[in-house]
Amino acid sequence: MAQVPDFLLHHDGDSVAVANDDLQPGTLQGLSVKEQTKHTAVLNHAIPLGHKFALRDHAEGEAIIKYGIKVGIASQPIKKGDYVHTHNMRSYRWEASRA
Amino acid sequence: MGSKPRLTGYRRPDGSMGIRNHVIILPVDDLSNAAAEAVAKVVPGTLALPHGYGRLQFGEDLELTFRTLIGTGLNGNVAAVVVIGIEPKWTERVAAGIAKSGKPVASFSIEGKGDLQVIADAARVAQVFLQDASEITREPATEGDLIMSIKCGESDTTSGLGSCPTTSEAVDRWVAAGGTVFFGETSELTGGEHLIAERCIDDACRNLFQKTYDNYIKVIESTGANLLGSQPTQGNIAGGLTTIEEKALGNIAKTGSVPVVGVLAPAEAPDRKKQGLYFMDTSSAAAECVTLMAAAGAVIHLFPTGQGNVIGNPIEPVLKLTANKKTAASMREHIDLDVSGLLRQEYNLTKAGDMMMEVIERTVNGRLCAAEALGHREYTFTKLYISA
Repeated sequence: MAQVPDFLLHHDGDSVAVANDDLQPGTLQGLSVKEQTKHTAVLNHAIPLGHKFALRDHAEGEAIIKYGIKVGIASQPIKKGDYVHTHNMRSYRWEASRA
Repeated sequence: MGSKPRLTGYRRPDGSMGIRNHVIILPVDDLSNAAAEAVAKVVPGTLALPHGYGRLQFGEDLELTFRTLIGTGLNGNVAAVVVIGIEPKWTERVAAGIAKSGKPVASFSIEGKGDLQVIADAARVAQVFLQDASEITREPATEGDLIMSIKCGESDTTSGLGSCPTTSEAVDRWVAAGGTVFFGETSELTGGEHLIAERCIDDACRNLFQKTYDNYIKVIESTGANLLGSQPTQGNIAGGLTTIEEKALGNIAKTGSVPVVGVLAPAEAPDRKKQGLYFMDTSSAAAECVTLMAAAGAVIHLFPTGQGNVIGNPIEPVLKLTANKKTAASMREHIDLDVSGLLRQEYNLTKAGDMMMEVIERTVNGRLCAAEALGHREYTFTKLYISA
């Protein structure tokens, strides 16, 4: 059986990836679901299964891409490898939806 | 000859089919729940469908309640209906709407008689309906005879990666075989609504979709509320989903790749001659959405979940699948199909689709799903505005 990827991203080019298990900081192996491309990334924080981390730096207000589509914007600067959730990402459609 | 049919169901007098054979005791209003539940106690094997509304409603909100009640009775999973209401006029309207199908229907109103007399009278009829229904046998069925509905809940990021794409496989296969599928959750398309608009089969469909979506969002946004915690829900957020747009793309990932052939109002039945994938204007709340889809004729529901939603419906079996290995373990009594192996790369999406189809076929042919076995019978009405 192939090795279980530590993280998954929907498309190559997505700016965030999803933890495929509870993860500790460090160097991780991942896979893009659409293209089946292997990826390597360094995670800066411990994150639980299903939570996201950044695959590149995001300036405040910059688009966060998942499924190859903009799914929100950075509400503060996000460094590559950082945990991404409601504390640093928000909806761009529902302006009032902020943590 | 002699080979077992792949799919079987119960044929109703109007030509529709179901996969269950319920005799239901249907209260028109909240006041009639007690009598309806008493009848179902006296005649075990019948099923009471208590709910919270049906009084002092008016206009479009009242019409939706009638459509939901009548549609529930018309559903192919229902063999016969006993309708009980406080007043005769609305009670008879519901009964007449169901009787058009040729199904056995009887109605009773409580005013002037009291609960006990109505319970006795209705129970005598319910007993006959139940015995008669027990003689209806299964016939071979096709996908074209059985309407499927889909809606996810307590979603997380594993939904968009695993359980929703698996559902998508089933949707494409069902429609390719001549079947009809409903999806809904209007607000939960936000950020991906253009993807649905692009899949609408023609301009009329696309314009109606866009108008329906815009109207729903206008109502939500007019409140000015911070929706974080409601949409996405606290459960979604705990599961790693951050924004409505991210949730929406996971939601849309379950709708297959086939065109959208029509747009339905809440609880509106589709044209039976026009098969395919329909969008229905619904809330994204699980029980409300499934109740509306069952009222429009759906007889089997696929429910992808991430963090673990437990919803069922009294008349429509709700099959749950998850790709979250923690949920598959910690809430296993609620999960009909575990596709977490997809995320571990143990098998591909085609194989997950095969696994889904096998569970669907067994459920169609009579195997109780987890929600049925656990007695989840959420019958929840959508209320459009205040009552008079």
